Amino acid sequence: MTAMVIEESPTTNDDVITNYTINFGPQHPAAHGVLRMVMELDGEIIERIDPHVGLLHRGTEKLIEHKTYLQALPYFDRLDYCSPLAQEYSYVLAIEKLMNVEVPERAQYLRVLFAELTRICNHMLNIGAHVMDVGAMTPNLWVFELREDCMNFFERVSGARMHAAWFRPGGVHQDAPEKLLVDIGEWVDNRLPELFGDAMSLVTDNRIFKQRNVDIAVVSKDDAIKWGFSGPMIRAAGLPWDLRKSQPYDVYDRMDFEIPVGTNSDCYDRFMVRVQEVYQSAKIIKQCLAEMPEGPIASDDRKVAPPKRAEMKQSMEALIHHFKLYTEGFHVPAGEVYVATESPKGEFGVYLVSDGTNKPYRCKIRPTAFSHLQAMDFMSRGHMLPDATAILGAIDVVFGECDR
Amino acid sequence: MAVLHSAPKYASNDGLLDTLGKALGDMLVESREEHGELLFTVKRESIEDALRLLRDEHEYQQLMEIAGADYPSRDERFEVVYMLLSLTRNHRVMVKVSTDEDAPVPTVTTLWPVAGWLEREVFDMYGVVFSGNPDLRRILTDYGFEGHPFRKDFPLTGYVELRYSEEEKRVVYEPVELAQDFRQFDFLSPWEGADYILPGDEKATGDAGAPGAPPIDDPKTTAKPEDTGAGEATDKKAAERESAGAPAEEDTNVEDSGAPAPTEDRPDEPARKGKSADTAKATEPKKGGDQ
Repeated sequence: MTAMVIEESPTTNDDVITNYTINFGPQHPAAHGVLRMVMELDGEIIERIDPHVGLLHRGTEKLIEHKTYLQALPYFDRLDYCSPLAQEYSYVLAIEKLMNVEVPERAQYLRVLFAELTRICNHMLNIGAHVMDVGAMTPNLWVFELREDCMNFFERVSGARMHAAWFRPGGVHQDAPEKLLVDIGEWVDNRLPELFGDAMSLVTDNRIFKQRNVDIAVVSKDDAIKWGFSGPMIRAAGLPWDLRKSQPYDVYDRMDFEIPVGTNSDCYDRFMVRVQEVYQSAKIIKQCLAEMPEGPIASDDRKVAPPKRAEMKQSMEALIHHFKLYTEGFHVPAGEVYVATESPKGEFGVYLVSDGTNKPYRCKIRPTAFSHLQAMDFMSRGHMLPDATAILGAIDVVFGECDR
Repeated sequence: MAVLHSAPKYASNDGLLDTLGKALGDMLVESREEHGELLFTVKRESIEDALRLLRDEHEYQQLMEIAGADYPSRDERFEVVYMLLSLTRNHRVMVKVSTDEDAPVPTVTTLWPVAGWLEREVFDMYGVVFSGNPDLRRILTDYGFEGHPFRKDFPLTGYVELRYSEEEKRVVYEPVELAQDFRQFDFLSPWEGADYILPGDEKATGDAGAPGAPPIDDPKTTAKPEDTGAGEATDKKAAERESAGAPAEEDTNVEDSGAPAPTEDRPDEPARKGKSADTAKATEPKKGGDQ
């Protein structure tokens, strides 16, 4: 029996190689924004990651304390600028919960419809970016075309491509024109499945894509719970947890859709969960279009929602309501609520404290990426340096929201 | 109160206030249910035990968020709020502790690793200290930042601003200098208990502590028409022309120049037929068109 020989590295001989530390970001194209990660590497193996966040911290929560409830709404568009309407959703629902305002049915359908369109829009960006992070260029260009279509729909309904500020306490700002709804239906039926299907056919069974993603950053169910995962991250771990299903808001309880879950909880599963969610969102959009009733699009409580323009020309009281709403704003009863909705990236929560005046006393925003990014360290440990980009891509992080 | 809003609906709160309140026992300070949310205030030193109890025996598996809040008028000015979520029972509760600048709150990183960053954020923003957190560094603010920005006594503008200095070839920090005063509008209705004196409101008494106008010995009244200054003399004065008129008026010696005469580009148009009442009102929404 031969003696065990310790393998010697041909290049180092007796020299001991110590771990070295590198900076990933804050100006790195795969960092998805301004993320700085201090990585400790042993060769190409990641030993430890210390993510430094906050480079995009703008003090949104403090700014909100100095604005009326309605003036604070546009800040939510600017948190996760890839899925603006989904952020507004939690905020308007929190206000409505405090005030106990009834929202007309058509407005509820419109909100669900555009929240799902936002989900598709967000996933287009993430899927494209994730694929590009691991080396494929073409699918990103294709899905960006779909993203552009979504932006056009937002523009047609609200006047703004990204920062819509279209969800309002008590409903939505303006009704969607008939032609727009027809066009969305047409797009969901034809263009989306065709172009998205084409793009995904290049990726999902691709050998290189699988080599870069399968079995990367496997997270157990227990870990997913302990680290506060939500959204596609917890579903990829095999937990069928979706706030749209388990804690339905607006008309989600009438929608018939399925929750895709992963089996292996790796980056590939997270990616595939998002791909499937796009098809489920399309299904919800079709149901919304089919079932949406006619009717008002905002609450008729004039202390919350403004009167129609035409009404203001005739009625003194309507004019006063309009004036008061846009100067003083409405008063929200004192109390505190925590309202969380299923944003495309996970649980997006708003903890709103009201002292009974026209401004929020405290508005804490629960970002999705904050918890997920914290888990970056334990997810990447033992993986190779290039895997870090795949892991980061699969988290789906946007720093406007993470840093607030 | 009937639930009219359409915010997320989770499992019913029925009886949970008592059940959980009893389970928490003497750790509990106060419990209440409002706006459909369950809130438990517990003693600061027992927060870890309270959350462990809720996690292990009452199925609140996930810690979703830790929020800080500042109430400067209270003895213990800070509140730390823990949002718990039960995946199996589909329910949420909030657990609170209160603290001040010095008293540390026991960490819950022992229960949930996710608490690490969440506690760091509360520490960064409010200066609440969490004892036992192994990595209590600042997280969102700048490297070398001083102060805790979300405290109510921290100004919105902050204290320093930074710019890139071309001379020194580096980023320099300077005290904030605003080109224009920061304007704070509150728009609260002065009839509904605003506690300040409106600018120009000389009748305000100023007993709210704000500097009011000095009391007037002989208040001026306008009981009779003469007191108001109205009358023939005033009308005559008002009819006098104050200005010498526009230069063109002086040149042409025309008293009232009126509208300009039509130019050759716009020959005299025939008189309008019909009345203005026949035209559609501009304010009326068009029939059939989408709004």
